This record gives sequence, C-alpha cells and structure tokens, in this order.
Amino acid sequence: MIAPLAYDGAMKSVIAENLVKTYRNGQVKALDNLSLDVEEGTVLGVLGPNGAGKTTTVRVLSTLLKPDSGHATVGGIDVVKDPKAVREIIGLSGQYAALDETLTGWDNLVMFGRLYHLSGEQARVRAKELLEQFSLTDSAHRPIKTFSGGMRRRLDLAASLIVRPKVLFLDEPTTGLDPRGRMEMWEVIQSLVKDGVTLLLTTQYLEEADQLADDIVVIDRGQVIARGSSDQLKAEVGGERLEIVVDESDIDAARAVIERIAGASSVVDQGLRKISAPVRAGTDSLIEVVRELDALKIHPLDLALKRPSLDDVFMSITGHAAEEAVDDSAAEPTKKKKGGRK
Amino acid sequence: MSSVKHSVSDALVITKRQLQQLVRVPEVLIFNTIQPVMFVLLFRYVFGGLGVGIPGGYVQLLMPGIFVQTVTFTLAATAQGLAQDMEKGLIDRFRSLPISRSAVVMGRTLGDGLLNIVVLVVMGVAGYIVGWRPTSSLLHIAAGFILLLFFGYALSWCGVFAGLISKDARVVANVSFLFTFPLTFLSNAFASTTTMPKPLQYFAEWNPVSTMVAATRQLFGFHNTFGVTAHSYPSEHPIVTSLFYMVVLMAIFMPLSVRRYKSANRR
Repeated sequence: MIAPLAYDGAMKSVIAENLVKTYRNGQVKALDNLSLDVEEGTVLGVLGPNGAGKTTTVRVLSTLLKPDSGHATVGGIDVVKDPKAVREIIGLSGQYAALDETLTGWDNLVMFGRLYHLSGEQARVRAKELLEQFSLTDSAHRPIKTFSGGMRRRLDLAASLIVRPKVLFLDEPTTGLDPRGRMEMWEVIQSLVKDGVTLLLTTQYLEEADQLADDIVVIDRGQVIARGSSDQLKAEVGGERLEIVVDESDIDAARAVIERIAGASSVVDQGLRKISAPVRAGTDSLIEVVRELDALKIHPLDLALKRPSLDDVFMSITGHAAEEAVDDSAAEPTKKKKGGRK
Repeated sequence: MSSVKHSVSDALVITKRQLQQLVRVPEVLIFNTIQPVMFVLLFRYVFGGLGVGIPGGYVQLLMPGIFVQTVTFTLAATAQGLAQDMEKGLIDRFRSLPISRSAVVMGRTLGDGLLNIVVLVVMGVAGYIVGWRPTSSLLHIAAGFILLLFFGYALSWCGVFAGLISKDARVVANVSFLFTFPLTFLSNAFASTTTMPKPLQYFAEWNPVSTMVAATRQLFGFHNTFGVTAHSYPSEHPIVTSLFYMVVLMAIFMPLSVRRYKSANRR
C-alpha cells in the first residue's frame, strides 16, 4: 500500500520552489531561483528593497504571472496547472488600491462579492460585515475617490477578504501611507492574523515585518538571501545601535564611556562628531550612558537609539546597501504617477 | 452548466458596474450624447445647402453618416475604459478572482453597447427635430439601428484589444481616435465620394464606414446618392458587406482579446 503524503509536522500552505522569471528576453531577472514556503496559519514577511522581486513573487503565487520555470503550490494546488482552483482560495491586495474609484465602497464590495459568486443578498450581508469590521460604515456610500489613502487600502483589503480566503497575499500594504494610516493598517492586519489567516506579506520596512510576521525572508535581486524569525535576523544584524553627537573636545571621553557600556568598539564620524556603537540592553544602555556623561559634564548635542533598518539588514547580510533595481519598472510593475482622472 | 451560467452572470456584474459609473458620474453620459448632437446640428446647418436635389434634403443622408460615425467612436471609448482599469490595477484584481476569462471583456463590450443605445436614441430624436424623416417601414428602421449597434459592438472588440495592449489610457484613446476619425471622413458619410481622387474613391467604397452608411441609408429608405460611383460590390451590396466586416472583426478580435486578457500585465 502506498502511504499517503505525509506532512512533516506542519502543513505548508504556500510552497515556491526555484521560481525563475525574466523580463525582456532574459535581460532582467526578476526571480532567480527563488524558493520559500509559508506554514498554515502563520505570517511570512517578504522583505526587500524596490525591484528585489517581491511583487513578481506575489504575482506568480496569485496566478497573475506564469513563471519561466520552477514550481509553486498554494493550498496544495499548483498555480500553473490549476490557476482557477487557486483563485477560489486566495485573496490578493496589491500595492495600489485596485478599486473602481467612481463607485462607492459599498458598490465595490457588492460587485466583488457577486464576482465571487455570492447571491445578491449574501453579497450585501458580507459587504455590511466587512465595512463594519474595517470601520468604514460611515463612508460606505461615498465614492472611493473621496477616500484617504488609508481608507482605500482598508477597503482594498476588505475586498480581498470577501470569501474568507485560505491564503492572503498583501503586496506592500502600507507603502505610501502616512504614519497614522500605517498604524491603522497594522491593527487591521494584526486582527486578521489573530483569526488565524495564512498570510504572505511583502514590505520594504523591517519594522513592519517585525510587527506582523512570524517568519521573514529577505530577498534581493530575485533571490532569498536570509531567512529567520525577526529576532534571529536582528541578532544577525547586531540589534540596536546607540548614536551620540558631542562637541569635538568631548569625543574621546564620550567614546570611552560608550565603548565600556556597550562592551563593543565604536565607530566615530569625525566630521559629524558622531559616535555609534551596537548595544544589547537598549534603553538601559542609553540611560547608563546619559548618567555617566552627565557625571563627566559632557553635554550630548544629539542622542538616539537606532533600531536596525532594512539597510542595516542588507549591510550585514550582503555587505552593500539596499539598492534600487537598475530598472525598477521592469522588475516590479508599478503604476505611473499621474494626476487623478478629473 | 454552471460555468456557462457563471460566465454570463460575471459579465453582467461588470456591465452593471459600468451602468453604476454612469449614475455616479452623469457627466460621462451627458458628454457622450452632447457631442453627437452637436455634430448633427453643425453638419445640418453648415452643409445643409449641399443637399440640392436630394429628396428630403441633406439631413436625410447626413443622419446615417453621423450615426455610423458615433458608433465608430465606441472603439476609442472601450479602449480607454479598459486601459484605465489596467492602470488602476483593477484588471489585476479581476484576474485574481475565480471568474471566467471572458467575463470582464464581455461585460465591458456589452456596457459600451448599452451606452450606444442611449446615445442613438438621443441622436435620433435630435435628427427628427431638425428634419430627418426615414421613409421605410418601422421594421426596416429598427433593423437599421440594430445594424448600427452591432457595428459599434464589433468595433468595441478592437477597442478591447487596443486597451489591453496599451500602456496609457489617454494615449490609447487619442491613438484610437486618430485612427477612426479619418476613417469616418474617407467615406460617403458626409459628402459624395465622386469628388475624391481616384485612389481615395476606391478606399472610400471599401471602407466599412461607407458600407455601414450605405446600408443604413438603404434601411432608412433613402437612395445613397453619395456612394454609387464605381458600382463596386460593397456599394451595390452594403448590408451584406457590412455584416461580413463585423463577423471578420469579431472573429479576429474576440479570441485575440480574451487571450490577451489572460496574460494581461500592468506594465
């Protein structure tokens, strides 16, 4: 008897193996043997700069784009062989709110509900639920073009949740939002995560991946260059850095204090009179440094505890800063910047 | 079969969306009808004197010309609508839904066809007010309008393809217009082809716009004095030739458009 396929431990909702996708007859390699997977009920953050291949990955997994080679399944279904079955179980929310802007939020949700083959009544009930869940009930009957960026994104996300997808793809859900819009979006996504949705999320912000994802893959030039939990990645990067700017005459004394407390060597930028060093104890180290400097009557001109950014992650993994792709528009289709229609 | 049922209902949802747009932004419908009505008035009173010797006057030959010109512009309208949906990422979202691959383009062409009904009715009323009086039976008149709607529908499919391959909605609208506008004038729509240089005469006689104009003139009960020069097949058999053109256009552009839609990428 042939044994049924065994899932070793947890079931993988998304599997991508050696995906390759080139544009312009192979001149631009958007995906270069990219592999990743997402365990059921978890959140994978795909972190990378513009043009790294994030959007292309999402487009392949959501059946919008056929890979040149490689293999991918979503919910156990092959995305190339049976795209229609994949579309039944996924939700996709892209970089730009893909909604009909002349219609109202309500019109949009009902329309998408009907396209998911809900009955008119079911579509209206679901639209009402989603508008409530995303705090958009008051604006339900206003045209989308009057919405703020954050509201559009929330509605776009709502539209991708109409049939409670098994796997959700969010492509840079907060890019272009103001801080408040970003916080609201994070709250919404966190509540979805709590409900146990399987989510693949792309982002340019380490902080965002840190907030929302269980696991993170870092990609660059179409390849996965690191994978791990947020803590693992941060440990690899070296955690937080203390940065302090002092008068030129105080540099040597301040440097000694910082190196002793940090327990590590520091980097001094003479021009900016900035001393920086990695610290393990975060704010405690900061307080300690302030106390000692105060005792020595050294007055810091600027003082900051810097969390590692995507740039720092890149710096430590690849040795180079996160570069924009040579031809961004080729690697990641983006909407041209334009004025509104009217 | 449920998949066929779904294809139809999905397309109707897309069509309904277009009608909702017209309700939300009524300006679109208003401008879509004002422009042809303006053409009716301008041509009627600027070139009205050309109609010496035409039974019923120039307006009898003019109206079919303007009807055909107006439905010809459906090509640009469809192209622009689809290109806008591409730009906004809506096509991406539609493609990520479990709907049939033809639903979006079917729905769009149907919506543009329905808009043409409204526009043709308004133009017909405007034409009647300025003296247009078809002399044929009601059945023939209805057949004339149905032919016009089908012609617009067939061209709409060329517009779908243009919209899907374009990168910019405004560019594709302008290009489509640049292509269709001369077509409507290198024809028998507004003046007799006999005064054109010989090569243009041949072009004008085979031009689908001319065959459509000749066909509708015939169906509305007027002798097509603007189009019979060389006794070519199209000018002798305008209805058959027009139907042939429509079938060919749809046979080419329906499958091409659906194929294009399947791999449409927003770039």
